Amino acid sequence: MSMKIGQAPFTKRVSTSLQDSFMREAVSSAQGRLTGVREQIIDELGNWEEWRELSAAIRKHTIDHLDYYLYELSENVIKRGGNVYFAETPEEANQYISSIITKKNAKKVVKSKSMVTEEIGLNHALKASGCEVVETDLGEYIIQLAEDPPSHFLAPALHKNRDQIQEVFRTKRGYANSSNPEELTAFAREQLRNEFLSADIGITGCNFAIADSGTISLVTNEGNAEMVTTFPKTQISVMGMERIVPTWKEFDIVVSMLARSAVGQKLSTYVSTLTGPKAKDEMDGPEEFHLVILDNGRSKMIGSEFQSALHCIRCSACLNVCPVYRHIGGHAYGSIYSGPIGAVISPILGGYEEYKELPYASTLCSACTDACPVKIPLHELLLKHRQNIVEKEGGAPLPEKMVMRAFKLVTSSAKMYQFSVKSASFVSRSFLKGENMTSGPFSLKEWTRTRDFPAPSNDSFRDWFKNRSKGGSAF
Amino acid sequence: MKVSLFLTCLIDVFSSEIGKDTVELLEKLGCEVDFPEGQTCCGQPAYNSGYIKEAKETMKHMINTFRHADYVVSPSGSCMTMLKEYENLFMDEPEWANKAEELSNKSYELTQFIVEVLDIEDVGARYEGTATYHTSCHMSRLLGVDESPLTLLKHVKGLHVVPLPFKQDCCGFGGTFSVKMARISEQMVDEKVHHIKSTEANVLIGADCGCLMNIGGRINRLGNPIEVKHIAQILNHS
Repeated sequence: MSMKIGQAPFTKRVSTSLQDSFMREAVSSAQGRLTGVREQIIDELGNWEEWRELSAAIRKHTIDHLDYYLYELSENVIKRGGNVYFAETPEEANQYISSIITKKNAKKVVKSKSMVTEEIGLNHALKASGCEVVETDLGEYIIQLAEDPPSHFLAPALHKNRDQIQEVFRTKRGYANSSNPEELTAFAREQLRNEFLSADIGITGCNFAIADSGTISLVTNEGNAEMVTTFPKTQISVMGMERIVPTWKEFDIVVSMLARSAVGQKLSTYVSTLTGPKAKDEMDGPEEFHLVILDNGRSKMIGSEFQSALHCIRCSACLNVCPVYRHIGGHAYGSIYSGPIGAVISPILGGYEEYKELPYASTLCSACTDACPVKIPLHELLLKHRQNIVEKEGGAPLPEKMVMRAFKLVTSSAKMYQFSVKSASFVSRSFLKGENMTSGPFSLKEWTRTRDFPAPSNDSFRDWFKNRSKGGSAF
Repeated sequence: MKVSLFLTCLIDVFSSEIGKDTVELLEKLGCEVDFPEGQTCCGQPAYNSGYIKEAKETMKHMINTFRHADYVVSPSGSCMTMLKEYENLFMDEPEWANKAEELSNKSYELTQFIVEVLDIEDVGARYEGTATYHTSCHMSRLLGVDESPLTLLKHVKGLHVVPLPFKQDCCGFGGTFSVKMARISEQMVDEKVHHIKSTEANVLIGADCGCLMNIGGRINRLGNPIEVKHIAQILNHS
């Protein structure tokens, strides 16, 4: 599995999702809950706009000087005895990681939650090389057993209910108890404990790397990242090349913005920070540490109109407020990166050919832009994609191009416009049923499936205005 | 005070009543209303579909049409948001930059104009009923006008305004989205109508014709007895 999920075309994915009433209910209630707690914690903090400004400035500065900070980070990781590998493509990243697996003769890998390893399809690559991979974040553990892709950045199993989870545990792991969440969690905990103890290598993602100390940070609410990074002798962390902050001072701010925006917490239950392999005088930590820094299309965003999308801290606040995401859920996006930020970055990382519909899966209501803690103008970036598809990619359908060309002609000429308004009114009358259109022609057919379309006014505002200014009565 | 009305294409075609109420309301409040006949559309349908070049031709036409105006007022938050954006869009075109900026600076959404420029909160309207108000996305988030309509409605005699749950959620219109992504759009509007019904209001008020057309279309189809009104129709009612 890689960034792309499923083979079905966009419209099919959407209709499948819209029919999944359980998923829709789960997403809707999660959105309600998360948005509520987020608003509370924001109010409690106070001066939210100033915090956003500051966080946006930190992210912008870092990305503007990404080459400098990446160099500093890699120097510091090496200084602390770690290894750094820059991977341009998912294949390079997977090959590097597989080579460590082979060298260590590893049979089992435990992983903490990581979107970037989903992006490169790491689990698939490792399995192919004969190594067992176990996800240890509870949500990831569930969807790994269910062989499902994640549907949300932070709550990957959001689309599954407890009965479905009970069934997955029963068929895949011989679970014999009820669907009570506590019993389910206790079972997973017991299962995972054995996995931690028998793993050869721990693989993690990276929420933020701190350049001036060569530190990797991981944010969890389950503590599984501690286990992944302390039990196995070898640790590999994979990060997108933008996931970096200059110093601990900036880290302090962005990690708090992440927890507040993601789940309405002041700070996540665990914030693990790891600096290189175990030193001589240290009690625990891995003996060997590798940091894989992934490009996979990110560097082409630098200097482009989409650079600000690299500011993203993957908090998923934009998913949690998006009304489109609420109805179609994560899988309909066809990419592990869903919601508004997914609709922005998936076409960049995966190409327009694969993801050309996503920029249109938005009403441009800008709820996402408002929610973003680092002020990414998400709805404007979606608009830029649309512009690119029209102007550069030639991807817009011909009828749409013709309509827009006609729009330009009509609306940039007073005469043409007034003539068209009159004709539209005349033509649409033939489709009317009473005062409304209940079954429209052409593209209005879709609109009128479940909604009426209004009839044009019987009288003209223009005539009314002209008459009264002449002193005549209005009709 | 002389005010030039930007009617918007939706009102031009579908709701002449809203245009008339807007004119009468502004006149009642002491404005002299001018209607530049050359006006067409703000350009948003093309702009939001990614056809920026085409949209800019329309925008240039609008800039010229409203060149003479002291104030441009429109009964549509979304179209006004587009007009306000002109100054950013023409920033790098010396021939148009100043003119675009001028237009953006003198343009106001109707309720914003009444509260902020005319400094009036009670327009002397009367409307009997229980209403709920739909907060449109562009008007509240991008134009930053969210209090003015509620302030004005609060002073309408006989009108009881009840809050709309999940008011921050988009109704699913989104211009061409409502046709291009109709299957998603219809779910969004259905949810919106569900929330409106839950308020037990008999009138839904809004300040954007696109949203009202969408929500009203769904309300009609369901056969609900909820009236859908533009805020100008309420404020001009006595």
